[in-house]
Amino acid sequence: MSGLTAIQKVFSRKAGKARVEIGDIIEAKVDFLMLHEVTGPLAVEEFEKVSGKVWDPSRVVVIFDHDIPPSTIELASQMKRMRSFVRKYGIENFFEIGRGGIAHQVLFEEGFDIPGFLIIGADSHTCTAGATGAVGIGVGSTDAAIVLATGEIWLRVPETMLIEVEGEFRKGVFAKDLALETVGRIGANGATYKVVEYTGGAVRRLSLSERLTLANLSIEMGAKTGIVQTDSKSHGYAESFNRQTESMDVRSDPDSNFEKIEIDVSEVEPVVSVPHSVDNVKPVREVEGLEIDQAFLGSCTNGRLDDLTVAFKILRGRKIAPNVRLVVSPASVKVYSEALKMGIIEEILRAGGIVTSPTCGACLGMSRGVLARGEVAVSSSNRNFIGRMGDKDSKVFLASPATVVASALEGKISDPRRYLS
Amino acid sequence: MKVQGRIIKLGDNIDTDIIIPARYLMTHDATTLAEHVFEDYYPEFKVKARKGAIIVGGENFGLGSSREHAVIALKNSNVKAIVAKSFARIFYRNSINLGLPALVLREKNKFDRIIDGDEAELDLTKGVLNSLATNEEFSCDKMPEFMMKIIESGGLINYFMARNK
Repeated sequence: MSGLTAIQKVFSRKAGKARVEIGDIIEAKVDFLMLHEVTGPLAVEEFEKVSGKVWDPSRVVVIFDHDIPPSTIELASQMKRMRSFVRKYGIENFFEIGRGGIAHQVLFEEGFDIPGFLIIGADSHTCTAGATGAVGIGVGSTDAAIVLATGEIWLRVPETMLIEVEGEFRKGVFAKDLALETVGRIGANGATYKVVEYTGGAVRRLSLSERLTLANLSIEMGAKTGIVQTDSKSHGYAESFNRQTESMDVRSDPDSNFEKIEIDVSEVEPVVSVPHSVDNVKPVREVEGLEIDQAFLGSCTNGRLDDLTVAFKILRGRKIAPNVRLVVSPASVKVYSEALKMGIIEEILRAGGIVTSPTCGACLGMSRGVLARGEVAVSSSNRNFIGRMGDKDSKVFLASPATVVASALEGKISDPRRYLS
Repeated sequence: MKVQGRIIKLGDNIDTDIIIPARYLMTHDATTLAEHVFEDYYPEFKVKARKGAIIVGGENFGLGSSREHAVIALKNSNVKAIVAKSFARIFYRNSINLGLPALVLREKNKFDRIIDGDEAELDLTKGVLNSLATNEEFSCDKMPEFMMKIIESGGLINYFMARNK
C-alpha cells in the first residue's frame, strides 16, 4: 500500500478513519469555523432555518474585518446582526472592532491555526491557515450554516500538488514574489480541486509570516487549500499556545501519490501580476515606469509587521511622489500597535502616506482606498480582477510590499532593488 | 430532471467580483443582487436572462471570492443552470448548495459549436445539453448522486431539513 499524502493524513483523522483514499468523499469534523460580517449574516440566517443550537460555541470564531469601522448603514447593520448571533448562542471567540483585524491574520495570531486542525471559513482566503500546517478551507455561507448546526462538512479528499522550492532568495525578492511566480507558472486554474503542499529548503527558511503569504495565494491557482509542510517552526507555534498535544506532523510520505513541481527561487526576480488576472505575471522591469495613482500596502496577503518593516526601510528619509497616495492598512490591531512602537507608523505619515484601521478595505474595493475610473494601483493584495479595487476601468498590479513602496516613492512602477542594500 | 433557457455564452475565468462587485455585498437580498448582476462587465446580461437562461462558460467558472451573493444574483436573474468547461471549487459548492445545477461540459472540443442566444434544454439526469435551435447535443459529466439530491431538494438547507425530519 502506498504512503499517505499530508491531506490524506489530516482527513483520515478528521473523518475518524484509519485511512482515506484520494477521491473519497468524507464527513469531516471541523475544529474551528470562522465567520465575518459579509458572509456571516447569510450563514446565520440559513443556520436558523435548520437548527436552534450551535454545535459548539467554543469552536466558532466571529471576526469583523471587511470594512472596519463600517462605512455604510447596511454593513453596520450586518455587524449588529452578527453581534446578536454571538450573544444569543454564546459564541466564545468574537473579535470586535478594535480587538482583532483581518480574519486570517487574527486566526494565526490567536492560535487557531494548529497543525492538522481543520479550519472552515466563509471566506476564500481561509487557505492562509496552511502556513502553520493547519488545513484552511474556504466555503460559502450555506456550507458554513450546516457546519454551525452539525460541526461537520462533506469534503472530497483532493489530489496533491507538491511544490518544492530550493535555492536562495535574491536581493529584493520576497515570499510574495515567489507566490506570484508560482501562480504564474501553475496558472489560475492549474491546481483546481487540488491541495498545494509547499516544501523544500527555501520554504523551510521562510518565517511563519512569510509562509502566510505563500499559503494565502494558493486559492489563486484554484486550490482547495495550500499547506506548508510542518517543521520546528510550526510545532513551536502550537507549543506557544500550549496545544502541542493536539497538533500533528503534516507532510506527505515520499511514496504517496502526488505530482511534483520544482522551483529554483534563485531564478526568481521581483514580479508583478498585470491586470486582470493573478496568473498574468511579469518581471517588474518589464512594466517599470508605468505611472500609478495609488499604492496599497495591506491585506491578508501582506499587511504584517515584516511587510511594514520592509516599507519602513525603503521609505526612511524619503518622500512619496506628489501625484501618488500610499494607503497602508495593517493586518491587525497587534500589527498596528507593534508598528506604532517601532516608529513605522510615524515614518509612513512623515513620508506622506496614510495609515487606516486594520481592515480588508481597499483590497476588494469596499472602503478606504477605492479607485476611480481610469486609475492605476500597485497593491500588495491578492486579486487584480476587473473592478476589484473600485471602478471597472481601474487597474491593479499586484506586487510585493517592497515593490509597492518603491513605486509610491517614484510615482510609477519601480524595481525595489535600488532601495535595498 | 430538465431545465430550459436561452444560452448565454461566457469565456474563461469568469470571477465572482465581476458577477457581483463587492460594493453590493452589504446585502444578501436576492432582488437587489440580481439587479446588479454582471453590472460592470456585461450590463445586458440581466435583460438577456430575463426569460430564463443557461450559462455556458469556459474554464474556471466562478473563481475568486467565496461570496454566495454571486450565485444568489445569477439564480434570481433567472439563470436555470450553468454548464462550463470547469468550475472553481467554492463557486461549484455554492451553486449546488443553493440548488443551481452546475455541470461540467465533457465535450470541450465542441464548445465553439454552442451558440449564444439559442434556446436549449439541459437534461440533468442524463447530463446532456441540447440546443433546440440546431438539435445538436453536447454531453456533460453527470452530477454525483448526492449532489443531484441536493438540487432536487432545492438546495442544501432543504435537503438537510428533509433528511433530519
